[in-house]
Amino acid sequence: MNSRTTRTITAAFSVAALAGALAGCGAKAGESADAAESCVETDGDTVKIGFLNSLSGTMAISETTVFKSLSMAAEEINADGGVLGKQLEIVSEDGQSEPTVFAEKATKLIDQDCVAAVFGGWTSSSRKAMLPVFEGKDALLFYPVQYEGLEASENIFYTGATTNQQIIPALDYLKDEKGIESIFLVGSDYVFPRTANAIIQAYAEEHGIEVLGEEYQPLGSTSFGTVVDKVKAAGADAVFNTLNGDSNVAFFKEYKGKGLTAESMPVVSVSIAEEEVPGVGVDNLVGQYTAWNYYQTLETPVNEEFVAAFKEANGAKAVTSDPMEAAYTSLHLWKGMVEKADSFDVDDVVAAADGVTFEAPEGTVTVNGENHHIAKTALIGQIREDGLIETVWSSDGPIEPDPFLEGYAWWEGE
Amino acid sequence: MEVFVSQVFTGLSAGAVLLLIAVGLTLTFGQMGVINMAHGEFLMAGAYTAYVVNLVVGDAGLGLLVALPVGFLVGGLLGVVLEASVIRWMYHRPLDTLLVTYGVGLVLQQVARDVFGAPAKDVPSPSWLSGSVPVLGYDFPMARLFLLLLSVACLLAVLALLRRTALGRQVRATVENRDLAETVGISTRRTDRITFFLGSGLAGIAGVALTLLGSTGPTIGASYIVEAFLVVVVGGIGQLKGTVIAAFSIGVLQAFLEYATSGSIAKVVVFLAIVVFLQVRPQGIFAVRTRSLA
Repeated sequence: MNSRTTRTITAAFSVAALAGALAGCGAKAGESADAAESCVETDGDTVKIGFLNSLSGTMAISETTVFKSLSMAAEEINADGGVLGKQLEIVSEDGQSEPTVFAEKATKLIDQDCVAAVFGGWTSSSRKAMLPVFEGKDALLFYPVQYEGLEASENIFYTGATTNQQIIPALDYLKDEKGIESIFLVGSDYVFPRTANAIIQAYAEEHGIEVLGEEYQPLGSTSFGTVVDKVKAAGADAVFNTLNGDSNVAFFKEYKGKGLTAESMPVVSVSIAEEEVPGVGVDNLVGQYTAWNYYQTLETPVNEEFVAAFKEANGAKAVTSDPMEAAYTSLHLWKGMVEKADSFDVDDVVAAADGVTFEAPEGTVTVNGENHHIAKTALIGQIREDGLIETVWSSDGPIEPDPFLEGYAWWEGE
Repeated sequence: MEVFVSQVFTGLSAGAVLLLIAVGLTLTFGQMGVINMAHGEFLMAGAYTAYVVNLVVGDAGLGLLVALPVGFLVGGLLGVVLEASVIRWMYHRPLDTLLVTYGVGLVLQQVARDVFGAPAKDVPSPSWLSGSVPVLGYDFPMARLFLLLLSVACLLAVLALLRRTALGRQVRATVENRDLAETVGISTRRTDRITFFLGSGLAGIAGVALTLLGSTGPTIGASYIVEAFLVVVVGGIGQLKGTVIAAFSIGVLQAFLEYATSGSIAKVVVFLAIVVFLQVRPQGIFAVRTRSLA
């Protein structure tokens, strides 16, 4: 055996030994974290919270803005004296648009950084990946995006709309105000559009609306030639659009290219907000409808302040949108819960959650302690020439969240 | 009949998009055996070029016409830089080039995200390309018609270059037998570099053209690259006529399947059909008759 081989073998063994030792450490650290109730440090002048958003990858488009509004909320709270007299210290992690990374980083934020609560997530798959982590470690997640409902975890607060605060009001609007008798469904092929369309099908059957087609394209697909051909051939009174991300651009360009307009066949979208409009192209969208719970154009004093502050922090061209507003609101709601509980402890915060309210830019929102969603007002908007969205219809005050649609007899589950 | 016509046109225009991307890929993949995963990012660079040119020029129509040659140059120069800095060190190591160019692609995506921001940009379409023209009772969107013509024009230009010019003869000689080409005095290094410039430049043109159909974002190229490679492999590596047939057949097949079923199913069936086809004809529709001894 020559000396070089010996050295290589020795080196290999040392690496293996070192790896073993490190793995041992990891296991020990993990055990102690599980054994301890929680490692959240609340004795000092600061308390740590975690922001978990995709700052890279395909979802960065949307989630970066959520991160910005969360940061703004934290700065405001800190300038205002913090939470229970403690300044917020932000630990930010990049979810990289990968559900597994979200789960991994959530574990890191809870076990290593010992944050009191985590704010973030966007796609339903990222939320579903994080859910077991937060439940297993009894930690708190605030999730700021409208989603498909049918979920209510003890450890998650949902500050975006559930289906009865967005999709069902949009259908009510189409039925009562627009008088539609038929509809065409177009969506990306994943959990949110599939569930949303199952609900729309049930609604349509109950209310005598004919569904003339239901089309899906893979997430991120940009070929909509055939889909738009089918939509045009079917000639429905309206289109319900649950496409996500870049697919919207290709869809609306094709839609306009084939001579369809907001007048001839209006499209209601549930994933296009102010932030996405310039990317799709205002020309392709003018006059089309959206369903959300917040628009930048809302004329309330709280919102005007919010918009002005956001523009000051991010430039005059920055726009505000529903998910950003829901994220901003989520941090303030957590503050309200902690102060009501007079404790950062997860169980105390959850126990105090019911009835916590906040004067949000979208209006007054109230936490429902039972299902962890919040009461929100549904707003149907129409896209204007300047790319902003104007409210054309709103529900009578905030709608109580009903994630499992228990109050709707026509819904019998999936 | 109406459905038939509409799906033939939809399929042809989808095929034209694939062709536009695949022509450049056929050149680089075919001649140099380099699997360039960053081809999609050259396309992205072309799309952002269209965005920037549009901002500078301020007129959508003129912007598009200026952006086409500028996009060609931007894509081509990126290609030359990549070839000179990375790829030339790893000819004959196709797997390494695949990994390295994939990495380069990721870097370029992040650069785009840092420079232009994460949200997708919209490049306004010229007014003469909005709307549609009726063809056989079908409303053919002008933008797609333009794309079809552009793609055929690029193809003809490349064909003319390969068949009629000295450079083209050198390229073909290098493809068929690199060693013999060198012995008759052709600088294969120079030929490689020029081919890479042309192939990458075509990706830049494709990027400019794609702004008419979709959004301009950092991942625009990544979403087309796999399908473009499939077209090249099905067509037969290094074979332009094979690429043409493959691009249009895949486009039309996909369009009809999609009409009959759904987008996701159509994709699966097309992929399956390609797998089966390659089992029967691993060399693709046309095979290169190389005269090399290796």
